[in-house]
Amino acid sequence: MTKVSMTIDGVRYDDDVEPRMLLVHYLREVAGRTGTPIGCDTSNCGACTVLLNGLSAKSCAVLAVQADGGEITTIQGLANGEWHPLQRTFHEEHALQCGYCTPGMIMAAVDLLRANPNPTEQEVREGLEGNLCRCTGYQNIVRAVLRAASEGAAS
Amino acid sequence: MTVTTEIGKPRARKEDARLVTGQTMWTDNIQLPGMLHVCYVRSPMAHARIRSVDVSAARSAPGVIAAFSGADFAAEQGSLPCAWPVTPDIVIPAHPPMATDEVRYVGEIVACVVARDHYAAADALEKIDVDYEPLPAVLDMEAALAEGSPQVHEAGNKCYEWVFANGDLDAAFGDAPVVIERTYRQQRLIPCAIEPRAVVCEPVGDEFTLWTSTQIPHVVRFLAAAILGIPEHKLRVVAPDVGGGFGSKLQVTAEEFLALLIARKVGRPVKWTESRSEGNLAVHHGRDQIQRIKLAAGSDGRLRGLSVDLLADMGAYLMIITPGTPLLGAFLYNSIYKMDAYSFKCTGVFSTKTPTDAYRGAGRPEATFAIEHAMDDLAAELGVDPLALRQRNWITHSEFPFTTIAGLTYDSGNYEAATAKAVELFGYDDLRKEQAARRESGDQVQLGIGISTFAEACGWAPSRILGSLAYGAGGWEHAAIRMLPTGKVEVVTGTSPHGQGHETAWSQIVADQLGVPFEDIRVLHGDTQVAPKGYDTYGSRSAAVGGAAVVGACQKVVEKAKVIAAGLLEVAPEDLEWTPGRWSVRGDPEQGRTIGEISLATFAAHSLPDGVEPSLDSEATYDPENFSYPHGTHLCAVEVDTETGQVKIRSYVAVDDVGVVINPVIVEGQVHGGIAQGIAQALFEEAAYDADGNLLTVTLADYLVPSAADLPTIATDRTVTPATTNPLGVKGVGEAGAIAATPAVVDAVIDALRPLGVTDIEMPCTAERVWRAINAAKGGAR
Repeated sequence: MTKVSMTIDGVRYDDDVEPRMLLVHYLREVAGRTGTPIGCDTSNCGACTVLLNGLSAKSCAVLAVQADGGEITTIQGLANGEWHPLQRTFHEEHALQCGYCTPGMIMAAVDLLRANPNPTEQEVREGLEGNLCRCTGYQNIVRAVLRAASEGAAS
Repeated sequence: MTVTTEIGKPRARKEDARLVTGQTMWTDNIQLPGMLHVCYVRSPMAHARIRSVDVSAARSAPGVIAAFSGADFAAEQGSLPCAWPVTPDIVIPAHPPMATDEVRYVGEIVACVVARDHYAAADALEKIDVDYEPLPAVLDMEAALAEGSPQVHEAGNKCYEWVFANGDLDAAFGDAPVVIERTYRQQRLIPCAIEPRAVVCEPVGDEFTLWTSTQIPHVVRFLAAAILGIPEHKLRVVAPDVGGGFGSKLQVTAEEFLALLIARKVGRPVKWTESRSEGNLAVHHGRDQIQRIKLAAGSDGRLRGLSVDLLADMGAYLMIITPGTPLLGAFLYNSIYKMDAYSFKCTGVFSTKTPTDAYRGAGRPEATFAIEHAMDDLAAELGVDPLALRQRNWITHSEFPFTTIAGLTYDSGNYEAATAKAVELFGYDDLRKEQAARRESGDQVQLGIGISTFAEACGWAPSRILGSLAYGAGGWEHAAIRMLPTGKVEVVTGTSPHGQGHETAWSQIVADQLGVPFEDIRVLHGDTQVAPKGYDTYGSRSAAVGGAAVVGACQKVVEKAKVIAAGLLEVAPEDLEWTPGRWSVRGDPEQGRTIGEISLATFAAHSLPDGVEPSLDSEATYDPENFSYPHGTHLCAVEVDTETGQVKIRSYVAVDDVGVVINPVIVEGQVHGGIAQGIAQALFEEAAYDADGNLLTVTLADYLVPSAADLPTIATDRTVTPATTNPLGVKGVGEAGAIAATPAVVDAVIDALRPLGVTDIEMPCTAERVWRAINAAKGGAR
C-alpha cells in the first residue's frame, strides 16, 4: 500500500492505496465521488475526464499514486454556488440525453475553453474528439460549448 | 375544449439537474453494506467442448469468498429466454446463463469469482483453470447452411425459415421490362451505449432486489420469476439512471440471472460491472444480414414487384427477440411505394458469434437501406432522377389510410410535403448542377447525393397484432396519476427511459390534461415497486403508447374530480364545465374549484357525495389498434476524393414527420442521435471477426464510434401529420434517424461514383473500401 493525499473538489483526502489503483477507482470507490463514471478500459471514451491540477485528464489513464499531492476537480465540484456556465448551457441547449458522457464532456469542455476561449465550431469538434457520446450526435454539445464561450465562460 | 399550452413547448429537461452535476444513480454507483464483487471467466474460444473447470485455486485466493462454474448452477439456472418463437418449427437451443458442456462464442460465461472487491475478483480469475477441446468455428452464413458444415447446435445451423407473400409475383416479374437483382450486406454492429452494463442484487431472506442497467425492468422481473422460480412478488427490479440503450439493454441477460443465483448462494449483496471489452463481446450485437433483393418495374418506372430473400445471423443463441428482429423489417421493404406483388423470406442462421438482437431500428434500418438502395439502382438502370422515381411510386397524401402490399395500414402521412421541404432546404437542384459540372470537369472530388424517403412502423404495441406474429408478450402500456393533497401530482409510468426525457415530456402531457403547472408534476418510473405495471421502452413506443396511457389516467382523474367538485359546489355534475385545472358552474364561472382544491377536499374527505371514494387517483392501460408510421425525407450530399477514397459529408437535411411534437427540443435531439448512428453504420462501424471466430473490435480503439470531429451539422425541419392511431397524435421518433440515415449516406457515396462504374460498396464505406471500389471499377485489383 502507498500513502496518497490529494484535494478533490476542495476537500483533502489521505488514504493508503494499492499502487496499481486507477485514479478513477480511487475517486469512485475510496473518495465516494461517483459523479465521474467509467465508460471504457482503453481511454477512448473520455467519460471519466476530470481536471487534474487544472488540466483535463482521463482519470482511467492515471494511477491514484500519480495524482499524489494534486488538486482534482470533478463534475461534482464544478458548480460554485450556481452551476458553471457549461452546466447551464448543456441544460439549455439539450446537449445531453442519457447523460453518461456528460461529466467527462463538460470537464473536457472546461479545459478546451481555458486553452481557447473563443473556439470555432471545428475547433470545438476537434477539441472534444477524445470524448464519445452515443446519444446526441454531438450537435447540441457543440452548440452548448460555443454558447458558453460566447457568454464568456472562460473568463 | 382543451387549451394546449405545454405540448409543443421546447422545455429544457427536468432530468438534467442531476445529470449535469454528477448526482446520477448509475447501477455501478450503488454500494451496499457487505457487498461483494463478481467477475466472470469468459470463453476465449469461438467453439469448444468444456472438458473441465477447476475453480479450487481461485477459492483460496486472497479476498475471495466463492468461485463457481456452470456445474454449480446446472440444477437451477434454467435457460435464458427467447420470447419470440417466430415459426412452429423454430430451433431454440438451450442457453444456460453459465455454460456447462460447450461454449459457442468468444465471451460466453464459463465461471465466476466472488470477492471482497473488484481487484481481488479480477486477480483470482487467472487462477481458474478451464480445459477446452476446440471445435470448428462457424462464421459464414452461406457456408453454415451448406451440406457438411460443422454444426453450432445438434439440431443444425438453420434456426428457422419465415415467409410472407402477397400479390401475383409471377405476373409482376414474368414480363417485367426491368428487373434488377442485387445482394446487399448489413454488417454486424455493436450498440455501444456509453454506460457499460452493471447489475447489483441484494438478497433479504427469500426476497431479492435487482438493480440493473436495463431498458426493461418489468420484463426482466417477469422472466426471471418465471424461469428461476423466484416468486414474482418477492422480486423487485429497479432500473436506476440508465446510460443509453439503443436496444442493447432490451435484453434479459446471463449476468442478471447469475446475479440472482450468486446472491442466493452467498447470501450477500453482489455487484457486477462490465468493462467495455467485456461488453463488446457479451452485449448482443445488431444487424448482420445478407439481403438478396429483386425489384421489377415497368419501363415507365412504375414498380411491379419486390422479392426479398434474407439470411440473418442469429449468433450462437437466441436471446429475447433475436429471431424476430429481422422480421420487423418484413413489412417495410415495400416502404412508401405502391406495387402489385411482394414476397419476403428470411432464414435465421446460427453461428459461433455473439448473439444478435434489437439495435436501434431493429429490422427497419435494414429494410429501408435495401429498398432505398434498390430504388437508386433502378433509377440508374432506367436513367431517371432517383427522386422522380420515388415520386412516381409513392403513396400520395390523398390515399391515406392506405393498406400496403405488406398488409400494414398506414394511417397518415404526407410524403410530398416532407420531400418538398427537404428539397428546398437542401438546394437539390443546385447540388445536381454542381454535380454535373464536377463530372464534366473530371474533378478529383466528386459530389454525390443520397435520398432516403422513408417510413417506418413503430409505437411497438398492438397486443393482438403481436400475438398474431407469435410474439410472446403483449404491447399495452400503463400509467397512474397520484393526486397529492397539496395539489402536486405524481405520474407513474410503465415506460423506462434511459435518455429519452420522459420525466419532462410526460410532465408536459399531464400539465395540459390536468391544468397544473409543469413544475408541480413528478414522473416516477423504472422500479417495479413504484411503477408495478408496464412493458418498458423500445421500438419508439413510449410516447405513442405510454403517453396515451398517461392521457387516459388523467382523464379519469378529471372525471372523478367532477363528481367531487359538484358535491362541494352543491350542483349537479352535469352543470359543471372543465377548463384546464378547474371545474366551474356553467354560466357562473366564478363558482368553481381548482383541481388542487378538489384534491385537498378529497384528502380531508369531509363532505364527499354519498358513495364516492375519497381518492382522485386513477390508472389507465392503453393498447392501440395499430402501429404508428413516422416518415420523412433525408437528403445527404457527400464529397468523395476519387484518389484517396475519403468521404466527407458536406450537408445533411432531415425533414421528419413524427406527428404531433410534445417537445421539439427532445425530438430534434432524437433525430440528431439517430442520424449519427445511421451515419456510423454507413461510414465507420463494423464488428469484425478473424478466421478463428475472435472478435477483433473488442475495444473502442478498434470499434470506431464516431466522435464530434467525424460528424456533420445536420439541418432539421418537420412536417406535422398527426397520427390517428393514438389520442396524442404522436408517432415516435427514437429510431427514425437511424432508419433513414444509412441509405442516404451510402447512396450519396455511390451516386458520386456511378459515372466511374461503381454500383455498390459494402458498409462501412471507409476510405479503403471506397478506394478499392473505384480501383476495381477502373479494372484494377480490389
